[in-house]
Amino acid sequence: MSAVTTDTAKAPKTSRDWDMAAIAPFVALALLLVLGYFANPNFVSVANLTNVITRSAFIAIIALGATYVISSGGLDLSVGAMVAFVASLMILFMNTGAISDPTLMLITAMLVALGLGAACGLANGLITTVGKIEPFIATLGTMGIYRGLTTWLSQGGSITVRDRELQQLYRPVYFGDVFGVPIPIIVIFATAALAAFVLYRTRYGRHLIAVGSNEEVARYSGISVQKVRTIAYIVQGLCVAVAVIIYVPRLGSTSATTGILWELQAITAVVVGGTALRGGVGRIWGTVCGAFILEIVGNIMLLSNFVSEYLIGAIQGAIIIIAMLVQRSLMRK
Amino acid sequence: MTVSPAPVVISNNTPLLDASGLSKTFGIIEVLKDISLTVRAGEVHAIIGENGAGKSTLMKILAGNHQPTRGELKIDGQVVSFSGPVDAENHGIVLVHQEILLAPDLTVAQNIYLGRELKKGLVVDDRAMRAGARQAIADLGGDLDPDTIVSRLSIAQRQLVQIARVLLVPHRIVIFDEPTASLTPHETDALLKVIRDIRAKGVAVLYISHRLPEVKEIADRVTVLRDGRLVASHDAAELQPADMARLMVGRDVAKLYPDRHAAETRQAVLEVAGFDVPGFAQDAGFTLRKGEILGFAGLIGAGRTELMEGLVGLRPGKGKVVLNGHPVAFTDVHSSLKAGVAYLSEDRKGKGLLLTKDLRVNLTLASLGKFIRGLQIDRKREAEALDKAIQDFDIRTGTKNILAGQLSGGNQQKLLLAKMMLLDPQIVIIDEPTRGIDIGNKEQIYKFIAALAEEGRSIIVVSSEMPELIGICDRILVMRAGRIVGEVQGEHMTENEIVQLATGVNAGEAA
Repeated sequence: MSAVTTDTAKAPKTSRDWDMAAIAPFVALALLLVLGYFANPNFVSVANLTNVITRSAFIAIIALGATYVISSGGLDLSVGAMVAFVASLMILFMNTGAISDPTLMLITAMLVALGLGAACGLANGLITTVGKIEPFIATLGTMGIYRGLTTWLSQGGSITVRDRELQQLYRPVYFGDVFGVPIPIIVIFATAALAAFVLYRTRYGRHLIAVGSNEEVARYSGISVQKVRTIAYIVQGLCVAVAVIIYVPRLGSTSATTGILWELQAITAVVVGGTALRGGVGRIWGTVCGAFILEIVGNIMLLSNFVSEYLIGAIQGAIIIIAMLVQRSLMRK
Repeated sequence: MTVSPAPVVISNNTPLLDASGLSKTFGIIEVLKDISLTVRAGEVHAIIGENGAGKSTLMKILAGNHQPTRGELKIDGQVVSFSGPVDAENHGIVLVHQEILLAPDLTVAQNIYLGRELKKGLVVDDRAMRAGARQAIADLGGDLDPDTIVSRLSIAQRQLVQIARVLLVPHRIVIFDEPTASLTPHETDALLKVIRDIRAKGVAVLYISHRLPEVKEIADRVTVLRDGRLVASHDAAELQPADMARLMVGRDVAKLYPDRHAAETRQAVLEVAGFDVPGFAQDAGFTLRKGEILGFAGLIGAGRTELMEGLVGLRPGKGKVVLNGHPVAFTDVHSSLKAGVAYLSEDRKGKGLLLTKDLRVNLTLASLGKFIRGLQIDRKREAEALDKAIQDFDIRTGTKNILAGQLSGGNQQKLLLAKMMLLDPQIVIIDEPTRGIDIGNKEQIYKFIAALAEEGRSIIVVSSEMPELIGICDRILVMRAGRIVGEVQGEHMTENEIVQLATGVNAGEAA
């Protein structure tokens, strides 16, 4: 029967095109490295690159959660504010001195951060699913709430870890390394590996993609759309908490302006990585790559003299548009 | 402004449209091969053929959406070449799409004049457009308030608006692409009347359809395509629907419906009583027996789909449901699937399959639990299941790595059936099992349904195609305005009795 061949002829969209879209961000990263070398040979030194990647850790880890939310057909604008909120509460908890043993205190504080992140994510998830409010509006609301609560907690200033001993103990979580690899980089790859396993290999991951691809088909297949989406927001909250855990030791403090605009950077990393904003496609390693690209572009601008670093926001904005255009043309082919 | 066809000279010698040697190649695949046909003013010329036979491509060439690779088109004996659909419209050829292409939030009048709004100075002339829309609808024998928002209209009403919109263009040839695919028999009759009226004005109509009895009814001439070739072109009077089917498939389809022998004693597996789906169905009650195929007939909007969706937990519903002697109340599909009740939506593309995902992902989506090993999905077992499904359900695809959206409608339905059968359901509810599916695949799907009943499963078939219900069901329940109004079986299973029940005309006598 000719039915199949005819359909193929009409819609020449094969799986190969999707692969192209998956590879594109890595090609872009490679090109950037070459460009960076020509801008300033110091750029490709191991020291500089480790430094850059370490600094991208916060956005990269938050963007992993954003990949989940966006793949499920949602959006979370509250992550930047959530970082500030969770970090503030984590430090305030450490400052209570409720646990005298510093190691135990630190571990408990990290668990508190994870719990708070999950709770913030759960709130976002329930408002969008049970409350049936558009994710854009729902998380715009919680963004205001988390940010406002942080400002109130810090009275507009900053919140600092008071205990010297605790600070010293905590420091290596950002500044330390294992066999020369900075811990934040290890955390990026470990989190990404876990995220990739869950998204690509487990039943939950398959359900997430199904929900993002077509909510109705998922529902008619017996999948609880609300549960799957809510869990995606919780995953996002947990990722924010992990980012907070490596962020706090960096400065030992947080303020009302911590994490401002990080939500946009995270979304940019996700989109540059090849994940479709309309949902149904999730690319974990692409997202990591996207976060690296954003940080590297900033670094190249800093190291080179021909573009002002004050233009960094404009360049990042241009990157997201270019990434979308590339994706579009690869899919249409 | 009213519908104003261009002046027509009816001449018996020069055909209005004369296509000769049309061929169309996509890449290396030739989807149309050397098609020649003529269309005369004032005739309805039906183009029939299975999915993939090339009907749509041919229509797209005539309507200017595609350029033919070879061959030429003549209008009034003059060779023409269309640069696009607008160019074809300028030559008086208009196409009524199969899908409803209207802006749901705009009114009837706004839709009819969308993109060609009448203006008074700088502002749009709403009053004139309202009057024009009312007239255009009235010309088609309809009665719609031009200010109604389109999303509030029924499918049939929307189609009327779409036709009115198309006919606003001065036209000499109107192409209808499967216009009755989602209409009830009653609405189909109304549409056929509209088409006869158009013909009576001396306009030529090209009519594409799967539904052969209706082709027989409306067409003056019938052209059959198969595998991109023109296999026959006859006066409609010379062909019976069975002849058309044979020409389309290229072999005898003597028996479209499988033989069934009804078992004698059957226990009830599903008993429903006093079931309400607020706004759609009231006080529904019926019994489904083991190994039975039970039909649900009725007009679109009678509440059949909503009743089924309410029963399986897809929408809120309340009432007594007893499954194998135990009362149940499904609040979501997960629980009904787990209890062995599977529902296959009428909307395959929107609710049945993930069109942008491959066959494997689609097949196992509802039954992933069976493919889990440890924490992971066992992709090897998934691949084996796909191989088996392709074989068992005869899913025809060149490669297994194709996306579900690239399958033909018939193969999509087979995939959906395979997906649900992985759950080994005891009760299978199939909504419009053959909508938009060609006759060869239809026959297969009927066989699958009969085989499932033979295995001892109980089947509910919801359908707007009465011959299909009569052909495969043991009993048929008829719904009207949200209520089950009657049951027919045995020799009472005739289109006449069903229509009487469904429309409420002579209801007392038929019940």
